[in-house]
Amino acid sequence: MGNWILGGLSMAAAIFTLAALCGVIIMLGIQAWPSITEFGFSFITNSVWDPPNNVFGAFVPIYGTLITSTIALIIAIPVSFGIALFLTELAPAWLRRPLGTAIELLAAIPSIVYGMWGLLFFSPIFAKYVQTPLMNWTADIPFLNHLFAGAPIGIGLFTAGIILAIMIIPYIASVMRDVFEVVPPLLKESAYGLGCTTWEVIWSVVLPYTKAGAIGGIMLGLGRALGETMAVTFVIGNSNILDGYSLFSMGNSITSVLANEFPEASLTGFHQSALMELGLILFFITCVVLSLSKVMLLRIKKMGGP
Amino acid sequence: MKRLLMIVALMVGVVSSINAMEITGAGASFPAPLYGKWAESYNKLTGVRVNYQSIGSSGGVNQIKAKTVDFGASDTPLADADLEAAGLMQFPTVIGGVVPVINLPGIASGAMVLTGEVLADIYLGKITQWDDAAIKTLNPTLNLPNQKITVVRRADGSGTTAIFTEYLTKISPNWASQIGQGNTVNWPIGTGGKGNEGVSAFVMRLPGAIGYVEYAYAKQSTMAFVQLKNAKGETVSPSIDSFKAATQNIDWSKTFAQSLTNSSAQGAWPITSTTFILMQKQGNPEKSKTIIAFFDWAYKNGSAEALALDYVPMPADVVTAVQKAWAEKIAI
Repeated sequence: MGNWILGGLSMAAAIFTLAALCGVIIMLGIQAWPSITEFGFSFITNSVWDPPNNVFGAFVPIYGTLITSTIALIIAIPVSFGIALFLTELAPAWLRRPLGTAIELLAAIPSIVYGMWGLLFFSPIFAKYVQTPLMNWTADIPFLNHLFAGAPIGIGLFTAGIILAIMIIPYIASVMRDVFEVVPPLLKESAYGLGCTTWEVIWSVVLPYTKAGAIGGIMLGLGRALGETMAVTFVIGNSNILDGYSLFSMGNSITSVLANEFPEASLTGFHQSALMELGLILFFITCVVLSLSKVMLLRIKKMGGP
Repeated sequence: MKRLLMIVALMVGVVSSINAMEITGAGASFPAPLYGKWAESYNKLTGVRVNYQSIGSSGGVNQIKAKTVDFGASDTPLADADLEAAGLMQFPTVIGGVVPVINLPGIASGAMVLTGEVLADIYLGKITQWDDAAIKTLNPTLNLPNQKITVVRRADGSGTTAIFTEYLTKISPNWASQIGQGNTVNWPIGTGGKGNEGVSAFVMRLPGAIGYVEYAYAKQSTMAFVQLKNAKGETVSPSIDSFKAATQNIDWSKTFAQSLTNSSAQGAWPITSTTFILMQKQGNPEKSKTIIAFFDWAYKNGSAEALALDYVPMPADVVTAVQKAWAEKIAI
């Protein structure tokens, strides 16, 4: 009897979650339908977002979401790897616990605090000591001068990427630390016994053993970066017009557009359904990212990882 | 037993009176602090509870149309045809103004004068330097720096943007044809801040910045405001009097859906508007009575509280027109 109830309840929970997910997709689809039929595929490629004239193209927010998340990952992966490495292999035992807890605490800071810190404290410093010198230095180098063009006010895609990186580092670092810790000491001791350096042990023993877990941590961070709203909206500039391919250009992200425009979106035009379609696209991007990571994990397993 | 019955009767009485004595409204965020303050004072005085939720103007209009709230609130008026179709009436409660603010070291608050045309050209990206000839001509005595103008505007959809862009649309043909007006528009340039706080934060942080905020924000912060030339060609400062002046020269008896921007009245601040309450004409009579009683009280006794929060109360002639419209249109 007890078994039967437990089985029924857990199945109901699983089905409920799945049903909720399908419900969200269907609702988003229905609400977005007017915009999907009106703009078709050009919704993704068009970069004009003009509510008064009822023309909507989502290229800028989609681009902004992808670019800021990419910048965040490029910064966060090596840093998190270093942190995890230090905490598991290099740090003296008395430092590991307090330092590990401190890094986990970073994950508990509300995102709006990161946003305000980014706007009021980080971006002026970034503008003065990073952006301006970098612009002056690359002024005569082709391609790079366009990559770093723009007004040096410290607000834009690059700043948003850095803030996102700081936000996702604790997630990736703590997952990496946890998986590094489960490597059997026997394996490491044997490698050390053969005369390997710390680096060789990390690179050829710890990392291959923990690949799957480490990628899981990175995907967790990426998921958070794609969906982050408040911190991004403070520092990205909220501009729906892109300034070339400059990383310092102001831009917008999908979540930021939704948060800013949804409460006052008019029901008469396509504004609201265009916003719904943006939500659907974010959903789609997240699904693709998750599926890719699953495929990657499967391939790693096939190639003989643990 | 008798006592128990009495208590039950008393409780039933209390519960039913609570139902009758509570009205719910939702909508515009701009007047929300004031409605909250009014509701608190009114509740102390009469026991009537007015529950107002700040969900944004579009939300307020949708909710009153769906009849899920007793009154809605919107920063932009509904067109008369829309009102008719939905069986609603609207009336203005307080006046608000939008004020351009700048961050130029060395230029005092109120020292700079701009026109609507120049403001439009700045927001179109045509005027990019503070020492542009157009700004120099308007401010011959100011020592204008050779500095880039950093344009700041709202990122979120808002009534403030609607009023500001309505003004630019009226005054600049270029703005009207390229951008237009609305809660959110396709800004050609500029950094977007979320809310008045966001715009203020950007303007204060970026030297050479210009932005636009509600009067209360401009007054309470240290940002320098800009004087504007109004339709009569006078140079005006944002103030309670110049906002009130914008309600003159208008025939309020036909409709309250009036645009106050670029007003031709003497001494009028050009970027002014009123915020509105929407209610059903054929609603529950008890509720309608309570709503009217509340706002009537607010017109008569709420001015001091409005001024303390930097809202401008409606002039007496407009209040008379509203009272007349209530008597004619609301079924009680």
